[in-house]
Amino acid sequence: MERKFVIHFPKTLVDKPIMSDLVKRYSLDFNILKAYVTPEEEGTLVLALQGTEENVDTAVKDLKEMGARIQSISSDIRMVRELCTDCTACIPLCPVDALYRDKEDFSVHFDAEKCIACGLCIKACPTKALVFTI
Amino acid sequence: MGKTIAEINKKIKEGRAVVVTAEEIAGLAKKQDVKKLAAEIDIVTTGTFGPMCSSGVFLNFGHSNPRIKIGGGKIYLNGVPAYAGLAAVDTYIGAAATPENDPRNSEHPGSFKYGGGHVIEDLVAGREIMLEINAYGTDCYPKRGVSTRIRLKDLNEAILFNPRNCYQNYNVAVNLSKKTIYTYMGILKPELGNANYCSAGQLSPLLKDPYLRTIGLGTKIFLGGGTGYVAWWGTQFNPSVKRTKNGVPAAGAATLALIGDLKQMKPEYIKGASLTGYGTSLIVGIGIPIPVLNEDILRWTAIPDEELYAPVVDYSNDYPNCTGKTLGEVNYGQLKSGKAEILKKEVPTGSLSSYKKAREIADTLKKWITGGDFQLTENVMNFPEPDSGYKFRAMKEGR
Ligand code: SF4
Ligand code: SF4
Repeated sequence: MERKFVIHFPKTLVDKPIMSDLVKRYSLDFNILKAYVTPEEEGTLVLALQGTEENVDTAVKDLKEMGARIQSISSDIRMVRELCTDCTACIPLCPVDALYRDKEDFSVHFDAEKCIACGLCIKACPTKALVFTI
Repeated sequence: MGKTIAEINKKIKEGRAVVVTAEEIAGLAKKQDVKKLAAEIDIVTTGTFGPMCSSGVFLNFGHSNPRIKIGGGKIYLNGVPAYAGLAAVDTYIGAAATPENDPRNSEHPGSFKYGGGHVIEDLVAGREIMLEINAYGTDCYPKRGVSTRIRLKDLNEAILFNPRNCYQNYNVAVNLSKKTIYTYMGILKPELGNANYCSAGQLSPLLKDPYLRTIGLGTKIFLGGGTGYVAWWGTQFNPSVKRTKNGVPAAGAATLALIGDLKQMKPEYIKGASLTGYGTSLIVGIGIPIPVLNEDILRWTAIPDEELYAPVVDYSNDYPNCTGKTLGEVNYGQLKSGKAEILKKEVPTGSLSSYKKAREIADTLKKWITGGDFQLTENVMNFPEPDSGYKFRAMKEGR
């Protein structure tokens, strides 16, 4: 199974190789969707963890015990094609380039693989073409 | 050698008119002689598709039995208040009308889910609308209340009348403050996080006829998927702004008042809009044919995105406080690439106006004309010129 998480590491943990240790210990696969350090020097990772349900859960528990804050990304975003007018108002709002425009025909597309469900684009769309599915 | 509208109309009738879109002519003029193109091409079609807040529709419901008079009372369409200052069963509903119980910005930013623009979209899409009227009753109009469902096809007249559409050029909106702001130009992230624009650039009607030599009172146009007309110059018309070398205004200048039969319009080209933190609006699709009467006109229609400039304005301070300050200019080529350089920073861009739809509209209008279904009109009157002294004023306050 695969689950997506937003993980905030306090300053004290930022420089430690926590993720690679966990991944080895619980034989997980992971994919970093986005990583950044906030002005308060807190590290933020958006990642997809793949492994057995039990191992993903235990890894998440270990992370919490180390002081990381974790949000699970349970909802998904969908683009309702019939409602989209291809304006591009949503594109600069997306932190991970999950919304992009075709250079040739100027149509706007949504890449569900990249999306971290932050919801920023939803407020930006004038025709409500971007929606949470749950 | 010039052409006349009558000559071009004759060619349309005979199926011989040569029509290209403003995007096509921009490409052609890079490779071919302008003189030759001006002789060959009869019409250049333009298009635009974006939120235009100063839009609305006049409706006539027909008389109830016994009769009712809206004027002086109250009227709601799907809970959205409409104008109650006309006789009997006429009303006007504007794109920005908001239900009385909408929380608006009490929890900022408000979502403005449904308003006048959406009522107009629902009418065009053929959906049922709840009509509620409260009246005070007179001897000749005794009825005090109506509550019924109506559809566009049940109405006598439904006339789209937009006092200000089709802005000739427009600001590029940015935010220099430290927090996100919610504007009619979309969501603007702090510290130059993004730059939003709202124009079809090289396809935009009034950018391609910068002195309004061919567009005037009575010009027949594509409006919302049907045909409409230019009804007057638009409100806040401002022809005397600064222009770049090619004659194109470097800021918002001319506007148009447009009129058309809502019953002809199509849901693909008339849509309600919710602008978070700002309010509701109406997205309108407009296409205007430009007859190539001479070489000058052709030269203007062929100006490409790279030579059309828009002013960059800070919407966290300079816009709301009318300081008049701009942060420089960028061209539509840069804006459309997805990134533009503003104050030495590479800023991601977004548009409120759909270039894809603008293209679709210019193409559709081209097909209408080449198919012989659409004839050009002679202007009944031209609009004020840049040197006419016509001015755009600020409000007089504090008197
Ligand atoms: S929710 Fe929207 S803005 Fe956020 S990552 Fe997904 S597509 Fe991008
Ligand atoms: S803002 Fe909405 S309508 Fe515009 S391109 Fe994005 S999804 Fe489509």
